[in-house]
Amino acid sequence: MHAANQGERGPRPGGPRLTPRRDAPRRGEEQRKTVLEPAEIRRALTRIAHEILERTNGAADVVLLGIPTRGVPLAQRLAERLEQVEGRPVPAGSLDITMYRDDLRLRPARALGHTEVPTAGIDGRIVVLVDDVLYSGRTVRAALDALGELGRPRAVQLAVLIDRGHRELPIRADYVGKNLPTSQREMVRVLLTEVDGEDAVLLSASPAEREGS
Amino acid sequence: MNRHLISAGDLSLDDALLILDTADELDLVAERPVKKLPTLRGRTVVNLFYEDSTRTRISFEAAAKRLSADVINFSARGSSVAKGESLKDTALTLEAMGADAVVIRHGASGAPQRLAGWVRGSVVNAGDGAHEHPTQALLDAFTMRRRLGRLDGLHVLIVGDVLHSRVARSNVLLLSTLGAEVTLVAPPTLLPVAVGGWPCSVGYDLDAALPKADVVMMLRVQQERMNAAYFPTVREYSRRYGLDADRMALLPEHGIVMHPGPMNRGVEIAAEVADSVRSTIVEQVANGVSVRMAVLYLLLGGSGGR
Repeated sequence: MHAANQGERGPRPGGPRLTPRRDAPRRGEEQRKTVLEPAEIRRALTRIAHEILERTNGAADVVLLGIPTRGVPLAQRLAERLEQVEGRPVPAGSLDITMYRDDLRLRPARALGHTEVPTAGIDGRIVVLVDDVLYSGRTVRAALDALGELGRPRAVQLAVLIDRGHRELPIRADYVGKNLPTSQREMVRVLLTEVDGEDAVLLSASPAEREGS
Repeated sequence: MNRHLISAGDLSLDDALLILDTADELDLVAERPVKKLPTLRGRTVVNLFYEDSTRTRISFEAAAKRLSADVINFSARGSSVAKGESLKDTALTLEAMGADAVVIRHGASGAPQRLAGWVRGSVVNAGDGAHEHPTQALLDAFTMRRRLGRLDGLHVLIVGDVLHSRVARSNVLLLSTLGAEVTLVAPPTLLPVAVGGWPCSVGYDLDAALPKADVVMMLRVQQERMNAAYFPTVREYSRRYGLDADRMALLPEHGIVMHPGPMNRGVEIAAEVADSVRSTIVEQVANGVSVRMAVLYLLLGGSGGR
């Protein structure tokens, strides 16, 4: 999932061979720049949490659904912040979109992520989809399809930690941690403690082969 | 994963776990109001059944439909096969119709293997002769993992008509890959000659084996395939190898009872055992749909298909 966020594989003719791996950051990768430090990620999430509260009247009917892999811990963190401010729990879950992707046939069948909808369901609620990077918009389109089969939310909003541009569909985020103008050659990687052992957002030049996200 | 699923022995540990984990996720679809995923939209799955079957065919059909595939059911009876068409000609017909996957059940061992050489799509073995029935083994393993939480190190007894059972062979191969220890218990006449080469042990005394079994899987006595006297009387078979309530009491507390179905109640399994809380027989059927969805998705969902 989200390979596009991390950029993808395969050497570019003539360019340096670089095969970025998603789960094990390699030391010494060329021209890697830290875009967000742990404290900045923390502040961005806190700000998003407050924006959600403002726009949804105290998050009364909000359900947060993270898109695996890294949207899930982000949704959990947002839920914690909302609870800290409002003093009552905000349900958070996960929504796997693999079966709804439009590029399934381009690659071998992939393992599925976990879908867990909070017991209260999503009917009549405000669902905030949470993902790490917004890029082509294709992941979000798939998420909207998946959501439609789980119920009928009153509204669906989108929160992302990074918006890197290059949309291929008419989709925009309601809450953005950081707008990051990028070239399509570049690769944005979000690292989160829950998955990667550290918090960081990295930007590196990469022979990224475009692929939907 | 391979393009075809012919034998449970072709699955590596990673493949097997990927199928089981995928089935775990797809199982959630059964609980949703809309039991459908768009993943295989526009793909065609042909159910090619040369032998009678209800649960397997329906299970594959439900699985394919939940993934939005188009399903064509083809049973030998009432088709051109009854007029003498060969498997190869039938295969070429299916090929011409653009089948992306063919689910085949055939009385002859090896028929799916032959078919795989003739069609471009994926072939899924839904039972061939006394050879294999890999999706049954997968759903059995899935059911065990659901009930007992693990497969590695489980003690599994497979009891009864091993000789005619494709389920037994597939289960032995798959469960040994997954790290379970399998013991076959059967009258010597109902064990295949080559059983010494299977990755399992063999016993003849059910009562002695039950107390350390986590799972006991009863096999159907396949009288329709028996053209010789394998045991003196059904009653004697049932006395020595049938699972009744007294025998079930020998199982450890967490032990479960499985049966691939259809059951001969009163022969290999007593009615009260089949209907007890330890029996997973109905669960096995429900799990079959999720496991077959996982198999179809993994074979057809990506670029590996056609």
